[in-house]
Amino acid sequence: MISRARRYLPAAALFIGVLAGWELVVRAFSVKQFLLPAPSAIASALLEHRDELAAAAGSTLYEAIGGFAIGGTAAIAVALATARWTAARSALLPFAIAANSVPIIAFAPIMNNWFGVLSPLSKMMVVAVLVFFPIMINTVRGLTLVDPASLELMRSYAASEISILLRLRIPNALPFVFTALKVSATLALIGAIVAEYFGGAQSVLGQYIITEAAFFRFANAWAAVVVASASSIAFFVIILALERLAIPWHASARSPDA
Amino acid sequence: MAARTLSARRRVSDASDRSGTGSSVVSISAVHKVFSDGDQRTVALEGIDLDIARGAFVSLIGPSGCGKSTLLRLIGDLTQATTGTITVNGKTAHLARLARDYGIVFQAPVLFDWRTVERNVELPLELERLPQAERQRRASEMLALMELGGFERHYPWQLSGGMQQRVAIARALSFEPALLLMDEPFGALDEMSRERLNLELLRIWQKTGTTVVFVTHSIPEAVFLSTEVVVMSRRPGRIVDIIKVDLAQPRNDLTREDPRYFELVTRVRETLRRRDTPQTTDST
Repeated sequence: MISRARRYLPAAALFIGVLAGWELVVRAFSVKQFLLPAPSAIASALLEHRDELAAAAGSTLYEAIGGFAIGGTAAIAVALATARWTAARSALLPFAIAANSVPIIAFAPIMNNWFGVLSPLSKMMVVAVLVFFPIMINTVRGLTLVDPASLELMRSYAASEISILLRLRIPNALPFVFTALKVSATLALIGAIVAEYFGGAQSVLGQYIITEAAFFRFANAWAAVVVASASSIAFFVIILALERLAIPWHASARSPDA
Repeated sequence: MAARTLSARRRVSDASDRSGTGSSVVSISAVHKVFSDGDQRTVALEGIDLDIARGAFVSLIGPSGCGKSTLLRLIGDLTQATTGTITVNGKTAHLARLARDYGIVFQAPVLFDWRTVERNVELPLELERLPQAERQRRASEMLALMELGGFERHYPWQLSGGMQQRVAIARALSFEPALLLMDEPFGALDEMSRERLNLELLRIWQKTGTTVVFVTHSIPEAVFLSTEVVVMSRRPGRIVDIIKVDLAQPRNDLTREDPRYFELVTRVRETLRRRDTPQTTDST
């Protein structure tokens, strides 16, 4: 426990140092609050608008998690299908890789048009499309990048394809899937907030930030950014915890002294 | 080259064989194996005739690229012969694989990271659809036999290389196959672990009566372990000679000091060297 605290000490010290430096610079040079509000101002805005911010964060997380679930489920289903049918894989994968470099967020206004500006579904669809490709590509990799000797071992036991899938390919894919899920957790929140910038219900983080900034209430906008960051980190940590539970055998879960 | 019959000394064994048909477990006749890669044709094996008697411990030895691993994989139906026939346990190699007549151990342990030691050993038993209790009983029995008792719940990465390879052997023998195929199983281990595992393997072979086909490039290892050493030539791989190892059973550390052991090691070495000079190919 003590060694753990010591491990995080430098990071904590840096964090406090930066905040203190920021506060000092803003006060010493009387920086205008619309350029950069002081941390103390952001903290008080956070406290003052906590109910509003909590509601907005709740709505945004709902969109992010909903989209993440839709996109992730679809991606894993497609990956399983393509891993099973090689022809489908060689036809689909080049497009998937190409689509992965498309700035999906550019579709946000179109999604608003399709699913309704005020509906959380339009944001969920942006997020779903955003997380689909990394999750799908990684899952396919995990299902297909199997040690040839392991496959040969299964063949020596005359194992069926379904048995190879369940006992070898899927467990082999899990670390790949979780790597993609962790990346996508952050991506989901970015997607949801940016999609909200293109229009959405009032009580969401994206709209809150836009409105407050438009009225020069920059401390409030910054407070919303802090809440968005915290939500994103929380989502990531939840996925991380799920990973530890699901694949305790994996190298990422091994304690360094074991 | 005429067909040669390996006559292993019959031993009393307490293990039950899966099929009692005939005295040879592996019977290979006129096998050729050609690898084609585009226009490139490589003759890996040429005119292989070999019979392996039930209960024998046969080593395949030869220079790298002589096709000894290919021959082992042919027996296991992990690759197919270009011409010729291979019979395993009274069936074609293909049917023998489908009937799970052999267990295999590779140079790497090939354990599944996500399974504990015990569950790795249970893998072939799961595929045989044995009930859970029976699987567990057999796995713990095999692990005890491999002196791995107490490590059932460990994950492979928590074990040393030698221990991992012992788990692989336990897994290969857990379903009591008639035949054990081993492809340089101790090649990646240090000398100490290797010698220890040699002794352990012999003890298990004595106890189970399994027929073993063992690929190695270590001459002392081949002589120490085997009842017969099959010496192969450089590509195209042929059987140059089959040297019967008449050292007393059971073998132990003293075997390595027996003058007869040195004689046989020298004989295998000379056979290999004679065959290694390219000019003298096919003079038998």
